[in-house]
Amino acid sequence: MHLFVQATIVGILFGGVYALIASGQAIIFGVTRTVNFAQAIFTILCAYLSYTLFTDFGIDPFLSILVLVPAMFAFGIGIYVLLLRRLSRSGAELGLLVLYGLGIGIQGVLDFVYKTNNRVITPGYANNSWTVAGYQIPEVRFFAFLLAVAVLGTLQLIRQRTKLGRALRATTQNPVASRLLGVDVERISAIGMGLGVAAAGAAGGVFGMILPFNGNTQYDLLSKLLSIAVLGGLLSMPGTIVAAVILGVVESVVAATISPDWSAFSFLVVLFAVLIIRPQGLFGRRLRGAL
Amino acid sequence: MTRPGPHSRIRPAGTIQAVAFVAVVAVLPLITGQHWLVSLLVFTVMYAGLASAWNLLGGYAGYPALGHGAFFGVGAYAMAIGTSHLGVGGGYRPFVLIVPIAVGTALVVLPIARLLLRTRAAAFAVLSITLMFMVQTLAYNIRSLTGGSSGLIVPLAPFPAAIFERPFYYAMAALLALTLAVCWVVRTSKLGLALNAVRDDEDRARGLGVQTELVKLVAFAVSAGLTAAFGAVWAYYITFLYPGFAIDPLLALGAILMAFLGGRRTLWGPVVGAALIGPAQQYFAYRFGASQLYLVAYAALFLLVIYLLPEGIVPSLARRLRRLRRASPAAATHDQVATDSIFSAGDLG
Amino acid sequence: MDAGLHLRGIVAGYGQGDILRGLDLDVSAGQITCLIGPNGSGKSTVLRVISGLLTPRAGQVLLAGEDVTGRSPRAMLTLGVAHVPQERSLFPAMSVWDNVLMGAYISNDHDAVARRADEIAERFPIVARRRHDLAGSLSGGEQKTVEIARTMMLDPPVLCFDEPSVGLEPRVRRTIFSILADLSSDGRTILLVEQNARSGLAIAHNGGVLDAGVVRLTAPASELLDSPDVGRLYLGAS
Repeated sequence: MHLFVQATIVGILFGGVYALIASGQAIIFGVTRTVNFAQAIFTILCAYLSYTLFTDFGIDPFLSILVLVPAMFAFGIGIYVLLLRRLSRSGAELGLLVLYGLGIGIQGVLDFVYKTNNRVITPGYANNSWTVAGYQIPEVRFFAFLLAVAVLGTLQLIRQRTKLGRALRATTQNPVASRLLGVDVERISAIGMGLGVAAAGAAGGVFGMILPFNGNTQYDLLSKLLSIAVLGGLLSMPGTIVAAVILGVVESVVAATISPDWSAFSFLVVLFAVLIIRPQGLFGRRLRGAL
Repeated sequence: MTRPGPHSRIRPAGTIQAVAFVAVVAVLPLITGQHWLVSLLVFTVMYAGLASAWNLLGGYAGYPALGHGAFFGVGAYAMAIGTSHLGVGGGYRPFVLIVPIAVGTALVVLPIARLLLRTRAAAFAVLSITLMFMVQTLAYNIRSLTGGSSGLIVPLAPFPAAIFERPFYYAMAALLALTLAVCWVVRTSKLGLALNAVRDDEDRARGLGVQTELVKLVAFAVSAGLTAAFGAVWAYYITFLYPGFAIDPLLALGAILMAFLGGRRTLWGPVVGAALIGPAQQYFAYRFGASQLYLVAYAALFLLVIYLLPEGIVPSLARRLRRLRRASPAAATHDQVATDSIFSAGDLG
Repeated sequence: MDAGLHLRGIVAGYGQGDILRGLDLDVSAGQITCLIGPNGSGKSTVLRVISGLLTPRAGQVLLAGEDVTGRSPRAMLTLGVAHVPQERSLFPAMSVWDNVLMGAYISNDHDAVARRADEIAERFPIVARRRHDLAGSLSGGEQKTVEIARTMMLDPPVLCFDEPSVGLEPRVRRTIFSILADLSSDGRTILLVEQNARSGLAIAHNGGVLDAGVVRLTAPASELLDSPDVGRLYLGAS
């Protein structure tokens, strides 16, 4: 029982990081109707950048976020303007392939620059943890969770309370009606893409502190992000967050009680089981119709 | 592209193409004794077959399948396990296994296909690649069967060193011929018409009485079975299986790239694409393999093809040819409509 | 050339096909013009050309004598031309209030928008009553009403409606048509496209019959209603 609770705590904390990365993916899907197959490699890219900023310049990964988030925001806008805008909405599958290809190219560059051995970012507090009521709370995971809550909260405030947020949601829900109300749908989509990629930028550093990574880690992360996307319903933000936390917990509990080898697989089984019962995912309103 | 006449599905031009193709493929490995060149041919022919098999589901039916690496890997592991555990014997006998492996994969895949085909477009793409990750995890974890991350050795084939690649080459070539024959039959039959309808507008097709579920399942199963057959030959040729290589996410991407370059939904497109990219791919891996730069070259090529040649070589050439032959603006305009509609349908709202 | 909306020789379509083939149409200022015609005759395309969703290949769109052909939807909104499309165009997962605020998206005056939204809520009680509910949870008629309310946020003098009554039950349909008649009595110019030709013509001043991409016939709405040919071809034998 103690083991189970301990694993659940650790899983929820890391689930927050998954939620952060996957929410970015959901925002991007909303405005472009393209599943961002490069979201995982963007996260790994930022993990490497945090790694370099930490080892070569001594900048704490939590601080380098201040540089990485705006940089990735601009990068996301660039990708939209240069690559995705030219494919119309009917070319959404083409967009998926384009981003997949881009991700593989980025992996090639990372493998070339950093070689393929595993890295991990290890600031002084990396292995610290608090003991609360007999349970271990790893410091890095705790702060990573706080970071995820803060960023997701900010994103949610932007989406719900600002004019930009209304335009983002409107573009997601009905681009033609948005145009008729004067929304520059392309501009809003570019900003949405920027925000989504920036979410990966915020998560990269903490990801690199918690798990060892190399270029190939992108497939492991990609399979999780895609599972979350399908389980959460691709568009729904609450759905994505819940699915991400479920994934974090399932993964952690299976790793602790059965074997780490089966942790990723167990979630895929959950995913397929859910799909047999609900093809639209747990929270998706219309996975079929929307695509 | 061009529909056959009402009386016969076999056109003289098509027959000439087929005979010429068989002749070229049959003679190619006899020209050179260089092992690396013949090996390159083996992989190129294999990719031509994989791209054609992918085309059945990804091209004709329009389902963006990204997980064909799973079926390839299943075929490869089935071959390895069949030869090492089941005692099929060596020499040419393992080639006999190809048939049960292909048929078995096609059948086993049916219930999974039913599940995946409940989704469409991006969701289908995501699920298909997720399936591949599942199979890969299984290959890593069921160590008693696959050897896990320490790999699985397939007994080396006892062929003479001088012509070691030839049996594998001709096995791949025979499978490619079979795949193309299947594609041709599908294209010229009602099944092809039904798949076209599914791609165009699945709901309307069902409304018109097309058995969409059935034709999608058939396309999926046949595509998966053929892919597994190539995996089986590959395993016997390569003699060492590792989950990361046998079940490779890049396999489907390579097949897609070739189909795109040559022309999706055409018979010869995937073959042309493979003939151009296959050797380059092998060369990149050989030349830049250690430095991983081949991934960059690969990605760059991929993006170039999608942006500069979105319809592929074969359709572009076919249009040029027709335009030259008829020199009438009407034919050109007609093709333009077809191309435009792919990219502007979304604007109709 | 008066203050109304005039289309001259419009050729437009998607891909390579032309749906409108040299269409002329006059929408008189301050009146309701109802365009009727069979399915696929290009009724929606006319509105898409006016609102700037679709740029015509040839021809002119004139607004109060000014050539506004090919302007963006945003530019047309600024000029006071609004388009309410046929499909349900509310954002289903946004609140009614947020939907209404989206109506004034092009305005940057936050206070003025807030004040206008309160006025709208007073004029359309459903907006006040259901302001926090998701738009997708409203009934068809309620959604259409909120759509019109949203459109009125900018108080546009020219309104284009694409089949506002489609999919609504008769009682609700009458309510929607009476709202349109009210809007017209404020002096607005309205172009109405209707499958439900009889009800549309009943509130309109002028009528036009669209067929195969051109306007075949224009006449006062009452004349079209009484014409036996139009009745037989477009109004259904009743």
